[in-house]
Amino acid sequence: MSEELLNLTLHVWRQDGPNDAGRFETHQANGISTHMSFLEMLDVVNEDLIERDKSPIAFDHDCREGICGSCGMVVNGVAHGPQKLTTVCQLHMRQFDDGHEVWLEPWRASGFPVVKDLVVDRSALDRIIQAGGYISIRTGSASEANEMPIAKAIADQAMDAAECIGCGACVAACPNASASLFTAAKISHLSLLPQGQAERQDRARTMVAQMDAEGFGGCTNHGECEAACPKGVSLQWIARMNRELVRSMVRSDSGTKSGRR
Amino acid sequence: MQRALTLHQTTIGKKVVMALSGLIIVGFVIGHFLGNLNLYRGQEALDDYAHLLQSLTPVLWGTRLLLLFAFGAHIVSAFSLWSRNMKARGSRYKKHQDMATDYAARTMYWSGPILLLFVVYHLLHFTILPEHPGEVYRNVVEGFQNPWIAGVYITGNIALGFHLFHGIFSAAQTLGANHPRYNAYRRDAAIAISAAITLGNLSFPISVLAGFVTL
Ligand code: HEM
Ligand code: SF4
Ligand code: FES
Repeated sequence: MSEELLNLTLHVWRQDGPNDAGRFETHQANGISTHMSFLEMLDVVNEDLIERDKSPIAFDHDCREGICGSCGMVVNGVAHGPQKLTTVCQLHMRQFDDGHEVWLEPWRASGFPVVKDLVVDRSALDRIIQAGGYISIRTGSASEANEMPIAKAIADQAMDAAECIGCGACVAACPNASASLFTAAKISHLSLLPQGQAERQDRARTMVAQMDAEGFGGCTNHGECEAACPKGVSLQWIARMNRELVRSMVRSDSGTKSGRR
Repeated sequence: MQRALTLHQTTIGKKVVMALSGLIIVGFVIGHFLGNLNLYRGQEALDDYAHLLQSLTPVLWGTRLLLLFAFGAHIVSAFSLWSRNMKARGSRYKKHQDMATDYAARTMYWSGPILLLFVVYHLLHFTILPEHPGEVYRNVVEGFQNPWIAGVYITGNIALGFHLFHGIFSAAQTLGANHPRYNAYRRDAAIAISAAITLGNLSFPISVLAGFVTL
């Protein structure tokens, strides 16, 4: 693929903190190589802003290889931008045409207060994990790999659910800003595996309660989350989460209350 | 019971209530449609069928109470989820592109209230304030010969079709029926059921308007 140079007009959301009203600012991104990643393009724009003594556009990132879940912004109305199954750090500028206007917005959700510009505080997702997204194990040396056999089909399913990197794009894309896909992926991943059985009775209940307490909306089965998810996490896990929740409500659990062991 | 109450306090529990109450209403809508097919068998058949239902007092009132309960639960949960979901976005996107949703899903909060208004009108029209009490066939035919009244029924049933399509699909997902092997058929099943009920219901006012069914 041959390199081309693009000139783009960016409309970037600038916001100084959770209580600032925020506004769009227009910046030129000139001479951008189609080989660059989207975040490298923003680096170029930021260098220019810094040289001109202006404050650079704040955005989250870490691995820049699509695995850590740090990055994320809404590009032209689509979470993580136009390429399917791709985080914005792995999005390349060849997806854009010369002269394009590009609108950049943060994840917008009451559960994700804006820290600055395109950076949002996603610790709500961490609190959902803290509410039940763990297993109790004895620490120490690693156990023998084949000690606990798991059927291949189950292991594959658990891996599919475990692909979630916690980026929050599902919340950003959902018309109700619901965190159902994220929560469902975590509940499903653990409930499928033998290691996750000890806390299974409580997990769905405590994690769903935390998800609701964070102010996320409910699921209305539109499927926007699945379409936006960079890891292809499937709606089937939301159906499983619902089953897990009803199960944990109707089964009596004898003394396996989380936090009591 | 404690657990069931707690379940209803979660967003998912409210969805389960919506799905179950919705499915009760769907069951009624199917039965209602099949019974109304008596219209095509003539005046005597429809009037006899109506009198039979009237004479089964406990069944009639049992069904009415169940439906009232289902409608109440459905609407209360819808309102509670709606007010929550309105707040969850915070600030609005300047640009937003839909990727997966469809017309029926996006308009549930329009088709639902339209249905509610329609159901109230329908009950007033045929059940509470009928033109000729006891003469069901005559009320239906004379009613639908008025294009305005027929229009209300046609509008109401188009709303029903859209609401049912997303509703049936959504209820399957909400209640946890989701498996890669039969997921492809969930949409088809929702289309088939909602289309059958809607087209069937639409046929009644249209047949009268077109003069196929007369007094
Ligand atoms: C009377 C006023 C009504 C209102 C305000 C209403 C509203 C709604 C709303 C907002 C939803 C949720 C959609 C979503 O979450 O995606 C829904 C779902 C549903 N509705 Fe209704 N509806 C009404 C009447 C009806 C009727 C008459 C029927 C059946 C004939 C029905 C059947 C269903 C079903 C099966 C669902 C699926 C539940 C689920 O999401 O899992 N509804 N309704
Ligand atoms: S489910 Fe997908 S979109 Fe949601 S947090 Fe996980 S990886 Fe991101
Ligand atoms: S920066 Fe790690 S996933 Fe994008």
